[in-house]
Amino acid sequence: MQTTEKMALWQRMLLMRRFEERVIALAGKGHVAGHYHVYIGQEATGAAVIDALGPADMLFSTHRNHGHFIARGADPAAALAEILGRATGCNGGMGGSLHLADPQLGMPHTSAVLGGAPALAMGAGFEMARSGGDRIAVAFFGDGALEEGLALEALNMAALWKLPVLFVCENNSAGAIGAAKGGYPGSIIGTERLTALPAAFNIRHVSLDGNHMEGLRAAASDARKALIAGEGPVFMETNTPRWFGNQGLWPDLRHGPVDIGMATGETPLPGGPDADWFAAHDPILRGARELVAAGVPLSALHQADARITADMDAAEALALAAPFPDRAAALRNIFAGQST
Amino acid sequence: MTETRMTHAQALAEALIGEMRADPAISVIGSYVFGLGPSSAQMGRIRQEFGARVFDPPSAEAAIVMLATGAALAGGRPFVSIGTAAFSLVAWSALVNEAANVHYQSGGRSSVPAVFHMLHGVRAGAAPQHATSPQAQFWNNPGLEIVLPASPADAKGLMTTALRSDNPTIFIDHPRYLETEGAVPDGAHALPFGQGRLCREGRDVTIVATSWMVKVALDAAQMLAAEGIEAEVFDPRTLVPFDDEGLFASVERTGRLVVVDECVINTSVASEIAARVAEHRFDALRAPIARVARPAVPAPFSAPLEEMVLPSADRIVGAVQGLMRRG
Repeated sequence: MQTTEKMALWQRMLLMRRFEERVIALAGKGHVAGHYHVYIGQEATGAAVIDALGPADMLFSTHRNHGHFIARGADPAAALAEILGRATGCNGGMGGSLHLADPQLGMPHTSAVLGGAPALAMGAGFEMARSGGDRIAVAFFGDGALEEGLALEALNMAALWKLPVLFVCENNSAGAIGAAKGGYPGSIIGTERLTALPAAFNIRHVSLDGNHMEGLRAAASDARKALIAGEGPVFMETNTPRWFGNQGLWPDLRHGPVDIGMATGETPLPGGPDADWFAAHDPILRGARELVAAGVPLSALHQADARITADMDAAEALALAAPFPDRAAALRNIFAGQST
Repeated sequence: MTETRMTHAQALAEALIGEMRADPAISVIGSYVFGLGPSSAQMGRIRQEFGARVFDPPSAEAAIVMLATGAALAGGRPFVSIGTAAFSLVAWSALVNEAANVHYQSGGRSSVPAVFHMLHGVRAGAAPQHATSPQAQFWNNPGLEIVLPASPADAKGLMTTALRSDNPTIFIDHPRYLETEGAVPDGAHALPFGQGRLCREGRDVTIVATSWMVKVALDAAQMLAAEGIEAEVFDPRTLVPFDDEGLFASVERTGRLVVVDECVINTSVASEIAARVAEHRFDALRAPIARVARPAVPAPFSAPLEEMVLPSADRIVGAVQGLMRRG
C-alpha cells in the first residue's frame, strides 16, 4: 500500500472516531434520547472494507452503524442531526442512531435486529446475482449476530446460490466483561472458532487482525474480486478487543478524545487499566505509528486532525441548530406513494 | 371488456404472468402459491415461461422474507410464496419489524416493493398449526398493505395491483377458493386497493365478510331472503387500506351490522370493523353489532369439530335474526 493510500485510510478512520467522540459528548449534555452504540476501536475494519468497495455496492450495518455510515461518505451533519432526532437528519428524524440510512450511499436500510444485516445483504446479493452488474452486498455484523438462526439461514442461502455477499463479522468480544458484571456478554456460542460456521457451508473464510488496516484492506480487495467473479460468498472475521468504553452498557469516553500525539509519546499514554488499549489496540494510534514509521511527520497527522475537527465543529453546529420535525411528520411516510 | 371463466388459481396465475411479462424485476420465490391440490399445476405455466425467475428456497421463512426485503432494496420486485399462512409466524419479525418499517424509518427514502402470498384458514384436517388466519395480527402492524380476495376477478385485479405496489403487501388467499370459478376480465386488470365490493344489496342488515367468509355470508343472505330478510353483503377486499366509506354507507342504509370473520374472535378483523362502526356510526345503528368469528380455541383436526368452530351460514342467520328481534 502506498503511503498516500494509507494516509487516506487513516483519515477515514479518524473521521469515524471524531464523529463518535462528538456523539458521546452530545449525549453527555443530554442531546441524545435513548440508548446508542459506538464503533470506537473497530474503525479499521469499516474503513478498510468500505475503501475496497465500488459506488454501486450495497452495505447493511447494525445498531453499531455510525462508523460504517460515516466511512461510506455520509454527511456528518445529517448523521448527527439524525442521532439528535432533528428534521434535517438523514432519516428525517424517524430512525435515529440505530437506523442511520441513505439510499444514495447504498445503505438504504439499517436493521437493528441481530441477524438482520447478514440476511438483508444476502437478499440484496440475490438481486444483484439475478439482475447482473458488477456489484456486491456487504453485511457488517458482530459475533452476537451468529447466535441468531437468521444469520445461519442467510449463510446457507448465500452459499446455495453462490451470491456475491461479503459477510464481515466484527468479533469484538475479546475483553467483554459479561452481563453478570454489568456489561454486554461476549459470544455465547458453542463453537471455539466463529469461522467454523461459514466453513460448514463451504463458504470461503478468513480470520484477521481487526486493527491492522493494511491487512484488512488487502483481504477486502481480494474478497471483492472473488465475489465479482461469481465464486460465491466470502466470510471475513475481524478480531478486535472490545474498547474499554464499550464494556459497560453505556459508552464511556473516560479519557476524552484520543490525542494523536500518544502515537509517538509526544503526549503520554493514560495510566491505569486502559493503558494497554491505547498502547496496543487503538487502530487510530496504531495507524498513526505506521504512518510515522513510513516517514509521515506527526505534524501532518495533526493537521489532518485539525481539518476533521473543524468539519465536526461545523457539523455539530448545524445539527444543534436544526429544528425538530413538525408533529405531523409522525403520521407521514407509512407507505410509499402516500400523499404527504 | 371481455371476460373469461376461470378458476381463482388461474386468475392469480394470469396476473402473475401478465405482470412478469411487463416487468423483468419481478421474481418468484417459493412455489406453493397454488397449494398442493390440482391448482398447483398453475405453477407449471409460470415455470415454463419464466423458469430462470422462479426460485425454490430452503425452508427458512424468516430468511426468505429477509431475502425478499434485501432484494427489493436492491431494485427487485420479489413475489414470495410463504405457503401456509401459519408459516408467516416463523417470519414474523422479518415481516412486521423489518419489511413493514423500512419506508417509515428511512424517512420515506427507501421502500420494499414485495408481495408475500399465503394461504390461510381452516381447511379439511389442517389441525392447530396449519389453520391460522393471521390477517388481524398483520393489521396491528403499520406499514403492510393487506389483501384478501374473494372471487377470481378480484384475485386477478388485486394481485396485479399488489405486484405494482411499492409497498410490502400481504396477500392472503383461502385454499377453498383456489378451484372455484368465476368470470375474470381479460387483459391487464388492476383493482385499486381500499375499495370494497358490495356483493349483494339489501335493506335490513349489513353483513361484512372477507375471504372465504364472503361465500358463507352470501349463502346466509340467500337463506335470510327466504324469510323475507334482505341482507347486504360487503367485502372490503383490502384491510390496508380500508374502505371506511363503503362500510359506513352500507351501515347507514341498513342500520344493522354483523361482521363475519375466520379469525379467532379476540382482537379479530371483526373486532376492528365493529369498533370503527361503533365509534363513527353509532347513531345509524338500530341494534348492537354482532361478531360471528372463530371461538378463542385452536383449530381442531376432526371434521365435526372443525365445522363446530367455523362461522357457518346457520350461525350468521342466527345472528341476523337476533338483531332483527332487537329493533
